[in-house]
Amino acid sequence: MENNIIEIKGVSKRYKIGRGDRYLALRDKLTYFMNPLNMFRKGKRKSPGEEFYALKDVNLNVRKGEIVGIIGRNGAGKTTLLKIISRITYPSGGEIKIYGRVASLLEVGTGFHPELTGRENVYFNGSILGMKKSEITRKFDEIVAFAEVEKFIDMPVKRYSSGMQVRLAFAVAAHLEPEILLIDEVLSVGDITFQKKSLGKMENVAREGRTVLFVSHNMGAVQRLCNRAVLLNNGLVVEDGDVNEVTEKYMSYGLNKAGERIWSEENSPGDDVVRLRRICVMNAKGEIKVEFNTHEGIFVSVEYAVLKNNYPLNTLLYFLDEEGITKFVSMDNLDSPWKDTVRPAGLYRCTCEVPPDLLNEGTIRINVIVTTSPYNLHARDSDVLVFKVIDDMSNSGVRGNYPREWPAAVVRPRLNWKVEMLNHGKG
Amino acid sequence: MPNITKNWDADNNVVSEKTYSRPVIIIRPPSGAFYLDLRELWSYRELAFFFVWRDIKIRYKQTIMGAMWAVFQPFFAMVVFTVFFGKLAKMPSDGIPYPVFVYVGLLLWNYFAFGLAHASNSMISNSNIIQKIYFPRLIIPLASSLIGLIDFAVASVILAMLMVYYSYVPNFSGLVYVPFLLLIAFFSSLGIGSILASLNVKYRDVQYIIPFFIQMMMFLTPVIYPASIVGSKYRWILSLNPMTAVIETARAAIFGNSRVDIHSLCISGAVSLFLFIFGVVYFRKTERYFADII
Repeated sequence: MENNIIEIKGVSKRYKIGRGDRYLALRDKLTYFMNPLNMFRKGKRKSPGEEFYALKDVNLNVRKGEIVGIIGRNGAGKTTLLKIISRITYPSGGEIKIYGRVASLLEVGTGFHPELTGRENVYFNGSILGMKKSEITRKFDEIVAFAEVEKFIDMPVKRYSSGMQVRLAFAVAAHLEPEILLIDEVLSVGDITFQKKSLGKMENVAREGRTVLFVSHNMGAVQRLCNRAVLLNNGLVVEDGDVNEVTEKYMSYGLNKAGERIWSEENSPGDDVVRLRRICVMNAKGEIKVEFNTHEGIFVSVEYAVLKNNYPLNTLLYFLDEEGITKFVSMDNLDSPWKDTVRPAGLYRCTCEVPPDLLNEGTIRINVIVTTSPYNLHARDSDVLVFKVIDDMSNSGVRGNYPREWPAAVVRPRLNWKVEMLNHGKG
Repeated sequence: MPNITKNWDADNNVVSEKTYSRPVIIIRPPSGAFYLDLRELWSYRELAFFFVWRDIKIRYKQTIMGAMWAVFQPFFAMVVFTVFFGKLAKMPSDGIPYPVFVYVGLLLWNYFAFGLAHASNSMISNSNIIQKIYFPRLIIPLASSLIGLIDFAVASVILAMLMVYYSYVPNFSGLVYVPFLLLIAFFSSLGIGSILASLNVKYRDVQYIIPFFIQMMMFLTPVIYPASIVGSKYRWILSLNPMTAVIETARAAIFGNSRVDIHSLCISGAVSLFLFIFGVVYFRKTERYFADII
């Protein structure tokens, strides 16, 4: 017990389902009290809405210096757990004891204002993350150097590229010095080089003996960073132990192939602008499938409802491998009639064609994002689709008549070759 | 287990000094218990400063006129009121030039109303921060009420200029009242603002009520008229409003044309303190649900 830095005992979090509860109008409350019949019904005011447990009786002890990966599908309760530990929201039951200063990175760049300069944003952002002014001043040069934005630091952030913004935001967050650091998916930002740098920074944090709780869908990053992993499913802790064992278990049962996903109106990811409705993966004939040949075209189709006018939306698809490494990303802004134009309210379907002979053999996971370019995220979901690409060894693919196993490369594009004989004889 | 200190302080130094007993944060489901935790609030004082600083920076960056807006708004309001109430309606002003008279009222009223309006909407306008980061939420309405002090200072320059223009010599010793009057206005605007901010999170109707509420309040406060025109029978209604005594005292103290009514100033101070404590306690009690419902 002496070494525990976080003790979580029987924590649960209950939400009421049904949108009516979220934005209560004063009118409803007033009419309720105006009705004389209700005056005598004290305590019987239970709304008919269903209850939903985001976390159920979670017990977890974390020792000082441990780096714990928290994994699980979307909606498993990972973010809720971090939000409770960081006191953003409160549990409905149970108790948590935390021995030390906590900083949470649930999203980089919270509070960044486009009109303020990089310098001003560093100070404000650092301050809401819990740094003292003197602390920010001391680390300022280091933060700016880490983000590689020295030249632009006195420019308003709205002139930054989105990559620069993200780098600066991450740099501020990475220079916090709490005893306990809570991280939610922030490593998935920036380009590959910066992701590696961020991961390196996190490893340093870990080596300094600080405790880290790390939520991620990126199994590779979890395996590299953490020594222990906790798998959540439907609000319950289902596995807790060595990182390799837990992640392997997750991947084996988390990756049940799914060629289609349909969301009901209640649980559809999104905000008040965009709500995801359906996503599926098909072959050229429009048949939903979970296994494709390497030399087959693959069509990923996303359907979403746009609830408000005037948003120039972009749909992005991330193609990831089994370990969570992004192979590539594609965006629907290439379909010229809709390029940079507002999409009026309505239902949309965006279909992306992955040409034949591009993906290599293996499992492909799809993440989907709908944004207003480039800053506002409207809807996001990870691992929405999982399908397999297999090599049927036929001659029509990239392999031609090569008989052995094809190398495990990120992609397997069909490229043009030209073979010329330049000379006869000995050359 | 070693001793557990009850309060945990965000200040690094305090933590390291207390290594003999591990500081602990205990998170439990919210209970009905009264809680205020001023120590925690104090440890986040720098953040309040940063909120003020950010809002002022943003405001002046997005406008061409910048700081001039703090002056224009009360100045033109003064001009309009002088034309319609001073000249056309012949509103009495206790023997003081009407523009100076109304401007003093507007200065203090604007400080109160601006802080109130800002504080009331502050939870909604900062909802993205509230959903992602923990800090005592009260910092935000607190900062909103403080921002107006800067506008107040800037707009006061016009008052000095008006007095020079009308060659009106103020009673300088009366200026000692100003900090107290600002404190009463601050307590009242933060108190009411916190209650409305909290209600606004749950019932979005509140944001539509606020402008109307402020407008009505202004007519129930002697901003454009002197309290003396209200019959003694109905005076008590005015004095329930803490801003009445604030504005009346400001005029009496600065113009020196009547005695400062210490009695009603004390009542107004007590009312503002009550509003402040009630508002802050109510806010602290409800803030724990903000991230879930905002």
